[in-house]
Amino acid sequence: MTETFTAVDLETRRKKILSERDESKPCIMVCGGTGCLALESDLVAEALRKAIQDQGVDAKVELKTTGCPGFCEQGPLLVVHPEKIFYTHVKAKDAKEIISETIVNGKIVERLLYTDPITGKKILHENEVPFYKEQTRILLKNSGIIDPEKIEDYLAVDGYKAISKALLEMTPEQVLEEVKKANLRGRGGAGFPAAIKWELCRKVESDQRYIVCNADEGDPGAFQDRGIIEGNPHSILEGMLLGAYAMGASKGYIYIRHEYPLAVKMIKKAIVQARDLGLLGDNILSTDFSFDIEVQLGAGAFVCGEETALLASIEGRVGEPRTRPPYPAESGLWGKPTNINNTKTWAWVPHIITNGADWFAGIGNDKNRGTTIFSVVGKVNNTGLVEVPMGISLRHLIEHIGGGVPKGKKIKAVQTGGPSGGCIPERLFDLSVDYDSLKEAGSIMGSGGLIVMDEDTCMVDVARYFLDFCKFESCGKCSACREGVRRMYEIVDYITRGYGEEGDIEFLEELAQSIKIGSLCGLGQTAPNPVLTTIRYFREEYEAHIRDKQCPAGVCKSLILFEIVVDNCPGCTLCAKYCPVEAISGEKGKPHVIDESICIRCGVCRDVCNFNAVVVR
Amino acid sequence: MTLDITNVETIIDRHGKDEKALIQAMLAVQEEFHYLPEEALKLLSEKLSVPMIRIYQVAAFYKVFSLDPRGKHIITVCKGTACHVRGSNMLVDQVDRVLKIRPGETTQDLEFTLEEVNCLGCCAIGPVMTVDNKYYGNMSVSKVERMINKYIEKEVVAND
Repeated sequence: MTETFTAVDLETRRKKILSERDESKPCIMVCGGTGCLALESDLVAEALRKAIQDQGVDAKVELKTTGCPGFCEQGPLLVVHPEKIFYTHVKAKDAKEIISETIVNGKIVERLLYTDPITGKKILHENEVPFYKEQTRILLKNSGIIDPEKIEDYLAVDGYKAISKALLEMTPEQVLEEVKKANLRGRGGAGFPAAIKWELCRKVESDQRYIVCNADEGDPGAFQDRGIIEGNPHSILEGMLLGAYAMGASKGYIYIRHEYPLAVKMIKKAIVQARDLGLLGDNILSTDFSFDIEVQLGAGAFVCGEETALLASIEGRVGEPRTRPPYPAESGLWGKPTNINNTKTWAWVPHIITNGADWFAGIGNDKNRGTTIFSVVGKVNNTGLVEVPMGISLRHLIEHIGGGVPKGKKIKAVQTGGPSGGCIPERLFDLSVDYDSLKEAGSIMGSGGLIVMDEDTCMVDVARYFLDFCKFESCGKCSACREGVRRMYEIVDYITRGYGEEGDIEFLEELAQSIKIGSLCGLGQTAPNPVLTTIRYFREEYEAHIRDKQCPAGVCKSLILFEIVVDNCPGCTLCAKYCPVEAISGEKGKPHVIDESICIRCGVCRDVCNFNAVVVR
Repeated sequence: MTLDITNVETIIDRHGKDEKALIQAMLAVQEEFHYLPEEALKLLSEKLSVPMIRIYQVAAFYKVFSLDPRGKHIITVCKGTACHVRGSNMLVDQVDRVLKIRPGETTQDLEFTLEEVNCLGCCAIGPVMTVDNKYYGNMSVSKVERMINKYIEKEVVAND
């Protein structure tokens, strides 16, 4: 905007925004995150807008589309402020009633309330829902409250106050010292202290330094970076501004997956708004500090989450990792000192500068401070984004916040850390969730995916799945990873098909060690982890596949048979209709039969059956 | 297919004429044509001063790029872990049954291409599919055909 926009102007602007707001005025907040959008929340918002007009209550209520509040399972989500009435599974056809009842008459639409799966009771307010009540939301606090497309909304929640404070009252060294004192560990998975990297980068003599936000969230089952960027993009920009100030960088890159179109849109829009206001560009807040940010899209390569591969990709080359040293802090983008941090690490910085290192140290445990965000997914009742203090127990996380496993099934394990992580069995659920404990158990924190698996999940199949992933994603540079992971996949695949032999398990373990030693980057070094942890904790399942040619969980196609339970089958013909190979026969109204010799064990019949008549034998 | 090169020129102008812009410009070309036509790549090579061999290297390395023409509609099945444990494999098989294409293949009439993606980040509502960037959450085998038909019917209406 203007070159004379100062910190004082920023505060004046903030006061003006706040003075124009009426906190007691009802505001309907509809989630516009990717999860809810997939469930057509855009149509809900549109219908609400129309209903507000039709019923002539424009002056009485405000409508806002927000980022992801995290409880995607219950979407589309809608919260009516200021009471925070929490409506779930909202459809466009509910809009009229929400306006006429809740807004006009002050009544609750009972059927849209959330039902606690444990107590069976309806819950009225958002903050009373166990999923939210048990969380410590700091990074996610404003997702679901602010409109990510409006910088005014971020300013209204004290946005850009930290950078204003830093530029006015702190030296770059003091900013770095504060982050160091907080002992903020990198949220990308390995937990390396952020300030140490910053210091390294700062110390290298150079005319140009770069900083990078790694938003290449490729771990399948993790979406917290997407959640933050979609819900609160300015918080990332502010974190990067602070980092740039501390390190003396003038240019930043946000490397984000092209698979996240909405997040890309939000972050690009935020950058334009910040530039317009003089918070990015030359002479920020009329000081000597200049910094700008560019967005670079990933093109679908998991290995680009590795820092040296990511840098190569930003430079427009194929994303192959290289040997370190030199570390990016010494020689990164175009040979210049470069610092890379994860999205969540950047998002923490403004909070630490505003509230101080001591405040940060008060959350979590001593070595693992602050909160961490998990995407709790898989076979669990409450799926979504969960922010909890480090050190909370897995059991608490899954049972209290996740609400346990659906359909009364028995929980078997959780998988953390994506393809680099491992499976942790139910008997170890009292383990505290932090970088060090998870590492000890053979897994890693990773970027925070937490996939819950129940008794119907075959652990050998899970290992096979991750090997398939890593085999596909290996960039091919190191033969240990390229060939070794492929061989491991073949062995595990053979086991799942009933061709396993004695000695396979030991061979897998040996191969795993060789791959770990012989690979340059994290992808290869950690690719064997899912196999090693499943062997360590679920060896008996491997043995059942190898010795008895059985899949105890009833997943591996070659080792199972489908059968229709005569007593349960009313003869609705649905399974016969969907069977791709016409293996099911029977008259309408009479129990059907599956011809084992034709059946390809695709499981469609079980999927479509409404009477639980199809079982695995 | 006649190729409107002017769009490619606009893309190059938007992303800048240095090597750094290569992947970004290729993404934009892919978005425009659903694949990377050779004419467009030649133009990129010339304007960005990057040899064709480097462009093919990048095209082959990153999964999003396709050197073959793809369908008008791109159906994507997410095979992220959360979708996998909720049965996304069955969705792939069901698309195969309806359209007779496996992942990576395109129907003969160039209407549909089936793809798999490692994670779309909508894990909470898995299994997830997308058609042309529209997301379909909580999918099941029985919903696949209905979803595909929506796109077939659209074409019929458009052609009338």
